[in-house]
Amino acid sequence: MSTSIHPLARLIAAFARGLSGVQVRWQGCAPELRQRVYFANHTSHLDFVVLWSALPKELRARTRPVAAKDYWQSGFRSYLAQRVFRAVLVERGAAARTAHEEHLHSSGFAVIDQMAEAMGERDSLIFFPEGTRGTGETVGEFKSGLYHLAKRRPDVELIPAYLENLNRILPKGEIVPVPLVSELTFGPPVQLAESENKHKFLERARDAVCALRRKGSE
Amino acid sequence: METSSKFVWNAKDPNLLLLFGGVLALLVVASVIGAILKRTAKTESTERVVANLNSRTRAWWKMSAVFAFTLLVGKTGSLVLFTLLSFLALREYITLVPTRRGDHRTLFWTFFIITPLQYYLIGINWYGFFAVLIPAFAFVFIPARIALAGDTEHFLERAAKIQFGLMICAYCLSHAPALLILRIPNYEGHGAVLLLYLVLVDQISDVLQYVWGKLLGRHKIAPNVSPNKTWEGFVGGVATATLLGALLSWATPFTRWQSAGMSFAITLMGFLGGLVMSAIKRDAGVKDFGAIIEGHGGILDRIDSLCFAAPVFFHLVRYFFVR
Repeated sequence: MSTSIHPLARLIAAFARGLSGVQVRWQGCAPELRQRVYFANHTSHLDFVVLWSALPKELRARTRPVAAKDYWQSGFRSYLAQRVFRAVLVERGAAARTAHEEHLHSSGFAVIDQMAEAMGERDSLIFFPEGTRGTGETVGEFKSGLYHLAKRRPDVELIPAYLENLNRILPKGEIVPVPLVSELTFGPPVQLAESENKHKFLERARDAVCALRRKGSE
Repeated sequence: METSSKFVWNAKDPNLLLLFGGVLALLVVASVIGAILKRTAKTESTERVVANLNSRTRAWWKMSAVFAFTLLVGKTGSLVLFTLLSFLALREYITLVPTRRGDHRTLFWTFFIITPLQYYLIGINWYGFFAVLIPAFAFVFIPARIALAGDTEHFLERAAKIQFGLMICAYCLSHAPALLILRIPNYEGHGAVLLLYLVLVDQISDVLQYVWGKLLGRHKIAPNVSPNKTWEGFVGGVATATLLGALLSWATPFTRWQSAGMSFAITLMGFLGGLVMSAIKRDAGVKDFGAIIEGHGGILDRIDSLCFAAPVFFHLVRYFFVR
């Protein structure tokens, strides 16, 4: 896999940056060239592009989004996802469905395998653990994928991020964006503690994202 | 006739060049003073003030360069610049306003149709429509479009806030480049000079109010709204900016006294504009509208005074000097 960035990706990123006027803050971590999983709240199609474009150029070439296969696998969407942004397309919900059968090597783990493999020795991932776009008022429950990935790849840093206002720029179900100013805050890495169970870890990861929210958090 | 064509290269206007020469000289002086202060700053707090001053000066260089370029290019250049300013200002404003999901399409119209159309109307010299597009047509369109979207929660508040933003950021501000289409007897083709005069007096008044306030400021005018606005700064700034405006009468269609009066109106409106926009910021719980201009904050923090001064100046000129 080449590390050069697709020209269309550059164009879309520049457009998204301009449109969202995103102000980026790094709190408790710095942009570094190491393997990471960036996980963030999800409210808009622009989320990934904005987060990705906010990374320094060297990091961008090595950061891939995780996207739902059912949504991104056909036609132009597929071209965008796979060719332009090198997305890792995964089955949605599969991980959650089989999560309680942790001892079984089922399809849920096939997804984790797939992500771990896609990262290889070098790449980072952008991941939206809610699994689907929300309204932006609250952050939804996290699906278990993040937990399993953290277990599989303990060497990888998990960076929480909060995207503010993108739900107003391009909400779910709208085609045309409105140009407001958005904010993106990266937070200090979250680590899976040794004895921590899945539920606790996911709860804590979600709190880490919510804590980066600037407006009064509920 | 050349003045009514869309594209006029203004670089041949000697008064325009002279005024920009004056701006250049001011910037050089400010940069030199900044460099000296930087060397002599002793305590940490003065260092911080000087650093802020210098970053403001750097931003002034850039802003002046962009403004000079667009003004010299001609009417199209100015219209493009001001459309962009309106767009960015409106964006900062709407970001602070709690609009809802149901306002999305309304906001699309506001940003991408109404605002550019306002400037297009100046471009085609259609004053009659320019004057009513936002106060009449957008005024009825916005609540109607929100009602069609079906969400009634805080309905009046949402409609009013969007309309207010459009009035300030697009309608009021557009009166600055609208000076370019005024036909003033014996002054045809010099609209760009008048626009520069407005911006110069308005912005210098901001700077002078800041400087006088820093030097002598003691009695606060409205401490709850803007802790930096003092009577000393206000009086000193308005007086010196008015004096400067009077001295610039050679570039305008005004006599010396008329020019003093015009500058007085500009500075007074500019002060009120800053005050009103500060009140909005305090209400929203923020210090600045944005961080796009180094040391100054957002676009709207820089042009708040111009938004109030432009329509008043425009109509003073139109009423007393056109025809």
